[in-house]
Amino acid sequence: MSGKRINLEVNGVTLEANPGQMLIEVTDKADIYIPRFCYHEKLSIAANCRMCLVEVEGANKPVPACSTPVAPDMKVHTRSAYAIAAQKATMEFLLINHPLDCPICDQGGECELQDLAMGYGRDVSRFAEGKRSVKDENLGPLVSTDMTRCIHCTRCVRFGEEIAGIQELGTMGRGEHMRISTYVAKTVDHELSGNIIDLCPVGALNNKPYRFAARAWEMEQRASIAPHDCVGSNIYAHVLRGMVKRVVPRPNEAVNETWLSDRDRFSYEGIYSKDRLKVPMVKENGVWQERSWEDALEHVALKLRQSGADIGALVSPSSTCEEAWLINRLFEHAGSAHLDSRLRRTDFHDQNNDPVYPSLGVPIAELEQQQGVLLIGSDLRCEAPILAHRLRKAALKGCKVAVVNAIDYPYLFPVADTHIVEADDWCATLAGLVVAAGGELPPAVAAKFELDPSGSVDYLKNAPSLILLGQMAQRHPAFGMLRYLSVVLAKLTGATLGYVTDGANTAGVSLAGVLPHRSVGGQPRSEVGDTVLSMRPKTLLLFNVESVTDLSDQIDRNAMRHAAETVVAFTPYAPDTLLDDADVLLPIGTWAETSGTFVNVAGLWQSFTGVANPVGLARPAWKVLRVLANLLKVPDTDYESSAAVLTEMREHCESVLMNNMPEFAPAESPLVERPAEISELEISLYQSDNIVRRATALQNTQQAANERPASFVSSPTEEVLSGG
Amino acid sequence: MRRLIQLLKTFTLWELLKGLQLTLRAFFMRKVTVQYPEEKTPQSSRFRGLHALRRYPNGEERCIACKLCEAVCPALAITIESEAHDDGTRRTTRYDIDLFKCVYCGFCEEACPVDAIVETRIFEYHMEERGENIMTKEKLLAVGDKHEATIAADRAEDAKYR
Repeated sequence: MSGKRINLEVNGVTLEANPGQMLIEVTDKADIYIPRFCYHEKLSIAANCRMCLVEVEGANKPVPACSTPVAPDMKVHTRSAYAIAAQKATMEFLLINHPLDCPICDQGGECELQDLAMGYGRDVSRFAEGKRSVKDENLGPLVSTDMTRCIHCTRCVRFGEEIAGIQELGTMGRGEHMRISTYVAKTVDHELSGNIIDLCPVGALNNKPYRFAARAWEMEQRASIAPHDCVGSNIYAHVLRGMVKRVVPRPNEAVNETWLSDRDRFSYEGIYSKDRLKVPMVKENGVWQERSWEDALEHVALKLRQSGADIGALVSPSSTCEEAWLINRLFEHAGSAHLDSRLRRTDFHDQNNDPVYPSLGVPIAELEQQQGVLLIGSDLRCEAPILAHRLRKAALKGCKVAVVNAIDYPYLFPVADTHIVEADDWCATLAGLVVAAGGELPPAVAAKFELDPSGSVDYLKNAPSLILLGQMAQRHPAFGMLRYLSVVLAKLTGATLGYVTDGANTAGVSLAGVLPHRSVGGQPRSEVGDTVLSMRPKTLLLFNVESVTDLSDQIDRNAMRHAAETVVAFTPYAPDTLLDDADVLLPIGTWAETSGTFVNVAGLWQSFTGVANPVGLARPAWKVLRVLANLLKVPDTDYESSAAVLTEMREHCESVLMNNMPEFAPAESPLVERPAEISELEISLYQSDNIVRRATALQNTQQAANERPASFVSSPTEEVLSGG
Repeated sequence: MRRLIQLLKTFTLWELLKGLQLTLRAFFMRKVTVQYPEEKTPQSSRFRGLHALRRYPNGEERCIACKLCEAVCPALAITIESEAHDDGTRRTTRYDIDLFKCVYCGFCEEACPVDAIVETRIFEYHMEERGENIMTKEKLLAVGDKHEATIAADRAEDAKYR
């Protein structure tokens, strides 16, 4: 926004623009369409497709609108005979080598080339020579290739360089022999790589799991929210005859821009996994019996009534707000506070210092404006790929990013300062940084560490700055101490404290009061219940939790199982672990089959509706819980829609502000003397929740095959790091 | 006088005889009735009857599951499901035509880029049980296989007008 606004004339209409803006940006804003293939607003300008040629008065030839800066009093014609002749000539060249296989191409019906060929193509080809054909690449299980269809717009290449930060695809050869390829035979592994499918204007790069499954025109596009990380990316599910056929991003500049992580894009396969639970089941004398919903729910209600207040619940942090709210109502009615959603956390000593809901501290878009970021115990690319992308943008703009971690994860952006120490020593490192920043620690705390004051945290002193506690930090056995030191450091430097949370809805579930020490809206409970570590109830509810994989290793699952007389699992799936552990299985819908609300890591409430038909007798979990509440005679639970549940919940949560900075008393921050192993803190990219674990294509990727989530990437080149 | 003539006509059954005169004339006229099913009327090569799916001479299915017929069908009579075949080609796993919905407009045949779905000259078929109105892929291919010679000849005859 520098300099004065200038005026130019496009097709006789006067438009205002900033000097230096490209013509196509100005016309796009004014809804004047110029055809294009290689131009994309999020990528750099290549000007190699030549489709956007327009006539500029005074210029001696047509100029490409995507790479022509506006000039004062410029007169542009986008639809003059001269401009259209240029565009038609370009189209004729593009179609020379493009195969005529639209009927079998998955892009058919939503293809930019197909659409523009309708407007600018000739009906008969003058090209009698042989067409080019190019050998296909194997880019892995996510992206299918038909490279003969490629028109060399290089969007995918620029995406790798500029957005992903690792150049997986490149151009080789020139002229007739030019082709897009991985340089050496390798798969495309970046966690955002699925976006090249959307970027490709033709059918050269396509969605492999979706290959040949449906046509663009026969599916319904339904808006939803991605359920696999704390970002809550906006998505469209494309649904055919009640089944999700694919997922594409829904642009939202405040959340995911136009991108979507592979985890959110390809996880839908898990919805139709073979081990979906299709009918309610009850175990009788060790034998599973299918039951009607009525019978099963009455059985559960009976067990709950018999157990009185001796009931407990483990609730997935990816549950919707409505589900969490109803669970909390059930438990308040029963008089039990034994419910927890922090399933992978192990240190609860200072849970009273937890924020009412853990958040990023700043809106997601503002991550790009940070001047300094300290990343503690986080493999951000795995935990929240979209946040990693935002942080990369900030780092390329000059933000100093420092990391405290046990493994030097490849972040794909320049890291200013690294503290790679064993997980046990994270606290000591942080304490050293506090001292280096000129702070003083209480003697009781300082005595625990060998302080190394040689570090520097000057980068945090340039506002705005952020200290981010990653998921590994939150699973750390000394999380309380880590957080205490982070708060001290944040207060010293003026930085904001933020969390990268687990699951899709940690914030919403916390606000709904699925915590042993806090009720709705963060109200302290009069009687503090047992945490996930110490819970031993008579009747245990597992809500969207598969006992082995979703819980921390520190939880004594056997003891919990043996203490419980009845284990009721609300689950979309019936894996062997649940068949062994549970006594009642109630089939609930996945995110695609239920309406609900997720509160993302920036405190944004995003509601969604069901997009697909339920599988078998599975029902939306909020309805199951409501009927259960009715059976248990919980007052005022005749909700007619999930929106009614949400309205009630929001009334109780309206006054809660995003604040991660509790007032600290150092005595309340003991150091747990348990060694921390990085292997038990890490969760692999495609193991994060029950749906992702069943998505076949994701499980076939290189990342899923690797033990360590991000170690597949070799060190990026300097050129890529500098964004050039 | 007029009443007298009227009376005469009534008693001589004049009107009846007039009618019988027409009957007698028709009795000796050339007959146009076709003695179906022993006799049949001539059929156009463009006749749109029962559907068939064709194969290439090497036995490969023509249909590539592009779903254009499904999209163009005004009666929504066609249902197709597709997936990648073992050899990587695009193939249907399900191709159903509901003969109760079909209006025999022939749009499917016109939309088909590979001449896979065609309407044959067959019009003598019936259903005895519920569900027989659905022409599945197997049934359609069987019709195609049986009548390929006629189908191919008809398309060849019409080719120059397309």
